[in-house]
Amino acid sequence: MKALGIDIGSRFIKAVLVEGGEVSGFRKLDTSFDPLERCKKLLDEMPAERVIATGYGRHLLEVHTDIKTITEIKAFARGAREMFPACRTIIDIGGQDTKVISLGEPGAVRKFEMNDRCAAGTGKFLEIMARALGYSIEDFGSEASKGNEGLQVNSMCTVFAESEVISLITKGAKREDIAMALHRSVSGRVLSMAQRVDVEDEIVFAGGCARNVLLKELFEAGTGKKVRVAQNPEITGALGAALFALER
Amino acid sequence: MSGKDYTKMWEELGLNLENHAGLLGVLSKAYTDIYLSQKNRPKAMEYFDFVISEVHGLRIEEILNAKEAGRKVVGTFCVYVPEEIVLAANGVCIGLCAGAEVGSGEAEKFIPRNTCALIKAFMGFKLSGLCPYVESSDLIVGETTCDGKKKAYESFNDITGKVYVMEIPHMKTAEDRKLWLSEVKRFKTKMEELTGNTITLEGLKKAASIVNAKRKALQRLSRLRAADPAPISGLDALLVNQVSFYDDPVRFTEMTNKLCDELEQRVSAGTGVAAKGAPRILVSGSPMAIPNWKLHAIIESSGAVAVGEESCIGERNHRDLLDENFGSVDEAMEKLASRYLRIDCACFTPNDERLDNIKALTKNLHANGVIHYSLQFCTPYMMEAYRVEKAITETPFMRIETDYSMEDFGQLKTRVEAFIEMLK
Repeated sequence: MKALGIDIGSRFIKAVLVEGGEVSGFRKLDTSFDPLERCKKLLDEMPAERVIATGYGRHLLEVHTDIKTITEIKAFARGAREMFPACRTIIDIGGQDTKVISLGEPGAVRKFEMNDRCAAGTGKFLEIMARALGYSIEDFGSEASKGNEGLQVNSMCTVFAESEVISLITKGAKREDIAMALHRSVSGRVLSMAQRVDVEDEIVFAGGCARNVLLKELFEAGTGKKVRVAQNPEITGALGAALFALER
Repeated sequence: MSGKDYTKMWEELGLNLENHAGLLGVLSKAYTDIYLSQKNRPKAMEYFDFVISEVHGLRIEEILNAKEAGRKVVGTFCVYVPEEIVLAANGVCIGLCAGAEVGSGEAEKFIPRNTCALIKAFMGFKLSGLCPYVESSDLIVGETTCDGKKKAYESFNDITGKVYVMEIPHMKTAEDRKLWLSEVKRFKTKMEELTGNTITLEGLKKAASIVNAKRKALQRLSRLRAADPAPISGLDALLVNQVSFYDDPVRFTEMTNKLCDELEQRVSAGTGVAAKGAPRILVSGSPMAIPNWKLHAIIESSGAVAVGEESCIGERNHRDLLDENFGSVDEAMEKLASRYLRIDCACFTPNDERLDNIKALTKNLHANGVIHYSLQFCTPYMMEAYRVEKAITETPFMRIETDYSMEDFGQLKTRVEAFIEMLK
């Protein structure tokens, strides 16, 4: 039995194929202006008997095909638990939303918080700030780790934060220090969200932003707990969806 | 929306015809998309479809005819205004338009941008010439439930010149009861002055029986929603509750009882709008004025059923009957004051009875989850939501703050869907 999970995010579409209880395939494509076409391509390339879609664009597939959907909250809960069976708290920073999910035993969603209106403090925010400072998104965290603490970026709004960054540059601030300040601003927002759901061990940082080493360190400092990151953190949602498809 | 041409009537009421045509177009489309697309609706909902199609047409014509015959029209925004007193003075009592995002720009000339959507809407409806109810009203009764409304009524009176404000106490001590009783009596005098009619014991008896009959019909509807499968969608039940503020009370009661007869048959036949066992949600919090159907539409397009509204457009409006056992006008005033002060609006402190009422409703309606709905900047409900969350320990709970805009629709849909997944 082959099962496919497709996680249609605002920036990337991730697809995970599960076969015989093992992940046998993973693809990641830009969401682009035509996500439906991208999804069809993935469905062709990774044929499976069962498919479940998740993520911000999940209803796109539900409308155009008979593919069932689950929310990314449920998908991340399942995926994270598969990778870390003792997981109780998930932090996910996606392209346009940030979630903190608390799991009970045996792994069902107990409570969750997510941004409800504004996309400040999300992956897209980091991407725009990295660009403003001339970093690649891949190196943003490690480069920012070299910076010193002390600077502060106050604006929550991405547009105003970018202006603040430019103004710091013109005042002669070092770009790694500004990068550090931006990371602290994002982690502060996420940590206050985490406090609302009660953080319990183990904490798993999932989604593409989990590759950012500085964010992981800041979460560990903020919670006083170890934060775990999978080798491929961006597959979490698609993996969860594939597992649900398999178990349905 | 309707077949008849009411242009002349709207023009004479001073509506902005262009804006108004736009509003009716949007409303009609929303109604078609949200309501008429529902499957398995009770046949008796046809009446309410008709009422909506004529909400600015036939009903306004009726109200204008009543005015022609010498009756006075009283517009209200709140369930604290005693409808019995309006009826006993031979007045017509109607709820005013406040459920859509219209005229925000105009409204922001008088009130801040960060104001609750309901307040902004009643200002916006008036200022953009969209509410035939405001224009038909001889008196608009405000109340001091929250700071936003209290201060907005000052400007609203500058604009309309028709506002009368009742002082609602914010505690329920003996002194507060005294104040409220005097406010009820002051309103009686105001109504007598307005209409030129003396309010008599007989008039109050008749009014009490009309309004209680309406409440009983709504209570009956509420009880029928306890069945699994739910015999009626939350959207339709919400609509009936919304219409209860506009329609002629006697006709409304008759049509709602007809609907309930049909729902009783559905319950015995096991017919429902969703499968048996579908997740059942109690919505609690700020009122959803017509045409605010946003949250119910999201809940019911996500595989769950809204089975109750712990809200002013819902339980708070009809839960308590008036004790009709009074022998004098003074005694009637006391019974009225006591009935209306039982309402558990979040503007009161302490307000523990609301927590008990939510718990009881959750149990009686067999709700699997509670969604607390606050309009943004509706401080009393936003604050009380946290106490509700702590009190509702046995049922999954989610807190939502939103407004009339569709800006947060996607995020809200994800949150509600994930909440419903937790209930399965």
